[in-house]
Amino acid sequence: MSSIPQALDALPILGILFQLLGYVLANLSVMSQTTVAVAVPITLAALCGVMCERSGVVNIGIEGIMLTAAFVGWMVGVGASAALGVGTPLPFFGVTLPLLLGLAAAILVGMAVALLHAWLAISVKVDQIISGTIINIGAAGITGYLYTLIASQAPTSAGSFAQYKVPDQVADLPLVGWLINAVLSQGPIGLSTIVIVIFLQVMLFRSRWGLRTRAAGEHPRAAETVGIDVIWLRYRNVVMSGALAALGGAWLSMEQTNGFNANMSAGRGFIGLAAMIVGRWTPLGAFGAALLFASATGLGTSLAIKPPTGDLGQLMAHVPGEFWEALPYIITIVVLAGVIGRSIAPAADGRPYERESAT
Amino acid sequence: MGVSGPDTIQRPPARARKAIVGAIRAAAQPIAEPVVAILLALLVGAVGITLCSGLLAGHKNFDVGLPAAAYLALLGGVASPDGIASTLNYSTPLILAGLGVGLGFKAGLFNIGGRGQFLFGTVGAMAVATAVGVSQSSYITVPLALLAGAAFGAAAGFIPGLLKATSGAHEVVTTIMLNYVFVFVTYWAISGPLSLPNAHQPITADVTNRNAALPIILGQDGHAGILLALVAVPIIWFLLYRTTLGFEIRSAGANPDAARYGGMRTNRLIVLTMSIAGLMSGLAGATVLMGVVHQIEPGYDTTVGFDAITVALLGRSNPVGILFSGLLLGAMRAGSQTMQVQAGVPAELVDALQAIILVFLVVNALRHWLDRRAARRGSTPAVDGGAAQAAEAVA
Repeated sequence: MSSIPQALDALPILGILFQLLGYVLANLSVMSQTTVAVAVPITLAALCGVMCERSGVVNIGIEGIMLTAAFVGWMVGVGASAALGVGTPLPFFGVTLPLLLGLAAAILVGMAVALLHAWLAISVKVDQIISGTIINIGAAGITGYLYTLIASQAPTSAGSFAQYKVPDQVADLPLVGWLINAVLSQGPIGLSTIVIVIFLQVMLFRSRWGLRTRAAGEHPRAAETVGIDVIWLRYRNVVMSGALAALGGAWLSMEQTNGFNANMSAGRGFIGLAAMIVGRWTPLGAFGAALLFASATGLGTSLAIKPPTGDLGQLMAHVPGEFWEALPYIITIVVLAGVIGRSIAPAADGRPYERESAT
Repeated sequence: MGVSGPDTIQRPPARARKAIVGAIRAAAQPIAEPVVAILLALLVGAVGITLCSGLLAGHKNFDVGLPAAAYLALLGGVASPDGIASTLNYSTPLILAGLGVGLGFKAGLFNIGGRGQFLFGTVGAMAVATAVGVSQSSYITVPLALLAGAAFGAAAGFIPGLLKATSGAHEVVTTIMLNYVFVFVTYWAISGPLSLPNAHQPITADVTNRNAALPIILGQDGHAGILLALVAVPIIWFLLYRTTLGFEIRSAGANPDAARYGGMRTNRLIVLTMSIAGLMSGLAGATVLMGVVHQIEPGYDTTVGFDAITVALLGRSNPVGILFSGLLLGAMRAGSQTMQVQAGVPAELVDALQAIILVFLVVNALRHWLDRRAARRGSTPAVDGGAAQAAEAVA
């Protein structure tokens, strides 16, 4: 067989691809706000992973940190609004005192849980996967326990943060207005996530802290030789990263919704790890991967609500909705296996650092 | 220990006594650490229950008697014919999947994919139960469905094994990702090919109508799966300690480089071990389907995958240890509902306790205390290398 008929065989596939592109473009303005929103907690979880693993600590307890923070943020909000009253929300983001207290408590408890992981992983030198597993099991158990206790008293939540309303002049701009509108129509945590991504990207590759972090993750012995305190650095990074995962948790219970459900993190900590891997352990890459994953979900939802017509519609009717939800994980496995764009972890990732003894 | 007869009046010579005490200590060591961890966790749990009762549950003051009431209710829930049957039902998948995770630990592999393997095994068993004709006797359907569960689970474990062997992709990450892939595969199977044709919402057939339910051997609903678990314990023990494969698995876990230089095909070992681990989890899924839930709908999920990690750690990856830790965790799960009803303490306490037990276990409170005491006395630590080795085998 010559190669020309084979190339012709590929034509219908190309046609379908173009139809898919057209469909995505036509529905992009509808999909993009949700896509960015869905990507927020995934990104924050991935950033938590980046900060930990760049310094050499594997953290699969992100899921647990998020869940704990989501619960504590909600619970403190409930308690504070019962004690202080809800008060009138401020004009920006609908901020109230109970919400702020809840957010602060969520971040603090996230850092505390991360400290437990740091202690187990760095000082006790427990297998870091076991330590993360303990945090996940414990977080599900303890939040479930407390939630069952509290839920029986029908608590009133402190509400949730409001979205930023993009001014009409900006939203109506030709060509880019809708995109700006979609990206910026987020609550305070969503908006700060975008800032944090850029900030961390710059810090990790352009600052002394970033260089030291990467050194501790690639070759801790060499880092220690030039005077970097690897243990202290890892502790600091893991604890600070806990604040990021906690923000993701707070987003769930205080920005996306105004309540808590048992196991409401629903695997976002793990998909965050996937985004970190696909994004090759960089903040910007992780954000891109999170957006990609979120758009797979968005596309799946969109296909279910508004099925495309023509050949594409016939083809998509055979693709089960579950496929789109599983796609991020499949992509991650493919990337890990090195079929497309091999992704490689920091060299000392997951290895406890053993200081050379002075004697 | 049968060393001195009952009518011996003379005390055994000092050296022999020391040896006996040493032997008892060595034997007690691996058991003592988990037991101490469990006791400490129960203590922490008691403090937590009391604090929560005062702060959150609307009691006016701290109810000091509540922990005792809760633990007693938990025990009471287990210590009845139905409680025992329920304990065995909960323990069956924990022991089966725990054996798989433990085998992985011995080979230096961390299988977090229990959840996905369990679910895929469930799908396999359900598929066979659906496909085999209704008229077939259960002597044919039950073994076939169990085999299918095992085979699907093994396939789910084979993938991360193969990925690790061929590309070095870390099994922890691939199994985590595969968990979610299999969660969605299961949803798809239940709402698609395995769904009952005329049902209002997606739901599979009932295995009891397909002659694929496990026989009830104890009380009202104690199913025969426990026999499978009890048979699996000696099989895995034999595999680990009496076969070449087991020797290779343990060598590869202790030192992969040495094993490779010694001529073992470590890649083949990785694939094989992950497949066996998956097989055990898949079998666990099949027993739960065929013995307990009988029928599945979308949203069906399990905590067995992660509980099995607790079981394997608590049992120190030893098949006999896993048997006992599986029974313990099963009993806690079985009693937790009674505890919630009778004492008003939420059943999630069991998950919280699991995590606390593991913290004490990995931090190894007992060993540190013994070491410090020994150091104060100026003698060598009372603990030999055995426990340390077991801990390292886990890590």
